[in-house]
Amino acid sequence: MSAATILEEEQKHALHSREFGFWIYLMTDAVIFALLFASYAVLAENSAAGPTSNDLFDLSRTAIETGLLLVSSLTFGMASIALMHDQKGRVVQWLFVTLLLGLAFLAMEMGEFGGMIEKGAGPEVSGFLSAFFTLVGTHGLHVAFGSLGIVVMIGQVLVKGLTAPVRSRLMRLGLFWHFLDIVWIGIFSAVYLPGVL
Amino acid sequence: MLGRLTVEALPFYSWVAMGGAAVTVGGGIAVFLLITWLRAWKVLWTDWLTSVDHKKIGIMYVVLALVMLVRGFVDALMMRAQQAFSLNSEGYLPPEHFEQIFSSHGTIMIFFVAMPFLTGLINIIVPQQIGARDVAFPFLNSVSLWMTAAGAALVLISLVVGKFSQAGWTGYPPYSGVEYSPGVGVDYWLWALITSGVGSTLSGINFIVTIVKNRCPGMTFMRMPMFTWTTLCISILIAFSFPALTVVAGQLTLDRTLGFHFFTNGDGGNMMMFANLLWIWGHPEVYILILPAFGIFSEVVATFSRKRLFGYTSLVYATACIALLSFTVWLHHFFTMGSSANVNAIFGIATMIIAVPTGVKIFDWLFTMYKGRIEFHPSMVYTIGFMVTFVIGGVTGVLLALPPADYLMHNSTFLVAHFHNMLIPGALFGYFAGLNYWFPKAFGFKLDTKWGIRSFWCWIIGFYLAFMPLYVLGFKGMSRRMEHYADPTWQPYLIVAAIGALFVLCGIACIAIQLYVSARKWGSARDITGDPWNGRTLEWATSSPPAPYNFAVLPEVTDIDAFHDMKILGQAYQPPQHYEDIVMPKNTWIGPALGALAFALGFAFVWYIWWLVALCFVLSLVCVGIRASDDNSEFVLPAAEVARIERERLAQISPADMHDMHDYVPRGAASGAPLTGTV
Repeated sequence: MSAATILEEEQKHALHSREFGFWIYLMTDAVIFALLFASYAVLAENSAAGPTSNDLFDLSRTAIETGLLLVSSLTFGMASIALMHDQKGRVVQWLFVTLLLGLAFLAMEMGEFGGMIEKGAGPEVSGFLSAFFTLVGTHGLHVAFGSLGIVVMIGQVLVKGLTAPVRSRLMRLGLFWHFLDIVWIGIFSAVYLPGVL
Repeated sequence: MLGRLTVEALPFYSWVAMGGAAVTVGGGIAVFLLITWLRAWKVLWTDWLTSVDHKKIGIMYVVLALVMLVRGFVDALMMRAQQAFSLNSEGYLPPEHFEQIFSSHGTIMIFFVAMPFLTGLINIIVPQQIGARDVAFPFLNSVSLWMTAAGAALVLISLVVGKFSQAGWTGYPPYSGVEYSPGVGVDYWLWALITSGVGSTLSGINFIVTIVKNRCPGMTFMRMPMFTWTTLCISILIAFSFPALTVVAGQLTLDRTLGFHFFTNGDGGNMMMFANLLWIWGHPEVYILILPAFGIFSEVVATFSRKRLFGYTSLVYATACIALLSFTVWLHHFFTMGSSANVNAIFGIATMIIAVPTGVKIFDWLFTMYKGRIEFHPSMVYTIGFMVTFVIGGVTGVLLALPPADYLMHNSTFLVAHFHNMLIPGALFGYFAGLNYWFPKAFGFKLDTKWGIRSFWCWIIGFYLAFMPLYVLGFKGMSRRMEHYADPTWQPYLIVAAIGALFVLCGIACIAIQLYVSARKWGSARDITGDPWNGRTLEWATSSPPAPYNFAVLPEVTDIDAFHDMKILGQAYQPPQHYEDIVMPKNTWIGPALGALAFALGFAFVWYIWWLVALCFVLSLVCVGIRASDDNSEFVLPAAEVARIERERLAQISPADMHDMHDYVPRGAASGAPLTGTV
């Protein structure tokens, strides 16, 4: 075998390992979120005479956030389909749309956080708010990292083209992005919905 | 500019603190000068620090562990000395200093001795045991090492700049909260935990993927050596449990730094949640430390009894059971904190159940030894010492698992004696056995056995003298972590315990002498065949030290004890038909750079130097980005070069060096699994 083919073989194996490893990484991240959810469940009623979830949560705002994030998962899916068909331009376009949706979500979330802090409902007010800001903020931080990843991957697709490593990275970034969607559904169901009921 | 860092942070306030700082700084300067004097900076950087070779990373892990062992042991010696003299007096350590010492002792021994020691041994051996050329993610491996080293550096520098935590190694709030511990100590503790915890999580992921994806042809799960099995189990435990440590440390950091209320006394915090989250990590952690040692004992006991491991399948299932059960018992660390009787009962019973698979293991090792031709190599002696001593610790553990009994002994020195009885024979003796057993594999020459045996006797005598009195003192009502006391009947026991610590000091000295003596007579104890003990598993099929690629041709496996069979069938040391090109990972500076940035980031967080936090964060992202875009991180080692290295090795091995396998050829139906092929 020539050096080039053996490198290619090895690379295929390495990329498979990375995809498997990424699943395990996602699992460790899922444990982090699970414990942050548990912390929230323990502290949700501890508003310490400060504002409660009924005073603070606004379902219509959350609905828009949820819409943005769910649609961004769809558009990332479109990018993955374009990747299957080797349509480089389409991949970049859909990634860009996903990035915009992600940034819009982040902007809305920051607006929400900012509004709460302005109202005197910052994380240092009560156990409830500490747990809320940490759980939702950790999710937001992940979305920010994911957005950074999309920027890097748009660059890689444009510069390197749809090579095997780039495809693998896009696939892993997609896993990460959809994972964040699932976590958000958890946040919507366990934080916002019970909060206004 | 420098946050809350001022000249006040330097330890000019106490002679003891200044002494500690002087030793730390002096040690650093001495190492720096030694490397400069040897003109070794370039070699150190290109061959070691930037290396992604799993064997070199493993060696660096073990070196880190041994250095930190000395530091952690000095803490232990100081505590024993204090308690031996502090009857109705202050002793020589003021309370705030004593508190720092027991906090750093626990933190160092768990995070920076046991974890790097076992990770190092796993790194050196597991890829070879599964017939692989490398771990799945060599670069990630380097990042893990340097994250762990960064955590250790944070603990070390806390001795020089500022103070360490006074809240114990478990750091329970509210005492560890900012209200009662306003200094930087707890922050040092937290950032050391977070940094090294991230490193451990990455190691866990790496070894799960390595073992699942990189096994050689024919090595099914039920043919993996026991050490590999225990590694797989603890890697899964790491991946599941270390995120809990990250979460709980992160939450306490938010409480302390940004005024959150996770664990505060008022404002809706819940400090019980800290105990739960910490021990959801902490109890699996106990098994993360002990199971690899069990794996080492299994390898050692089979090799030096000259028998196939008894009950391999039951050992595998027992290991998996322990791993699973380790997640169901965390509450036994705080029975006294007021859960209902039923909750306590469930966790008490679960705890007692864990003793069952552990007992299975002890019997498997005993039956392996039964009618074996036992050779008293230091690693085997450590194993036997472990079996005897560990059973005592297991029994006291079952006693503590009874909630009513725990109410009497909780937080007493009985507990201290119990967990040291688990971790010193259970974990540390295992690592020492591994050190003696695998040292020739890593370095190409054997360790001196005489000093190895001496170190064992010092350690085990020291252990019994130091901890059996603590069991008694626990029954007599002595609490743990006492800076001074007023009961004169305690003092004789504490003096004996201090003498025990001196024996352990001799044990550590013996290990140092053993390393020195062995290095001196390098040539005479060379391991030419790569198989000094007539070993059974695949790591002995490589040369000592192994070539960078471990195996020129990947082995094929048909049974457990693959290399033992190869030797009997005469397949060992045979050149292959032809050699192939081998893909190798390139060294990279990004691993050490990320470690350095993690250290600076932690330091900046401790002292509130926010611009440095931001800078380190951005630079870390840049490093990751550079690496993530690099598709040229491997190179090809040509077949001709592989052939040259292998021929050179095989030419050195004469038939006289090989082990005589005639005694091991199976005869008759009762001799275990029949071997295929001609004999």
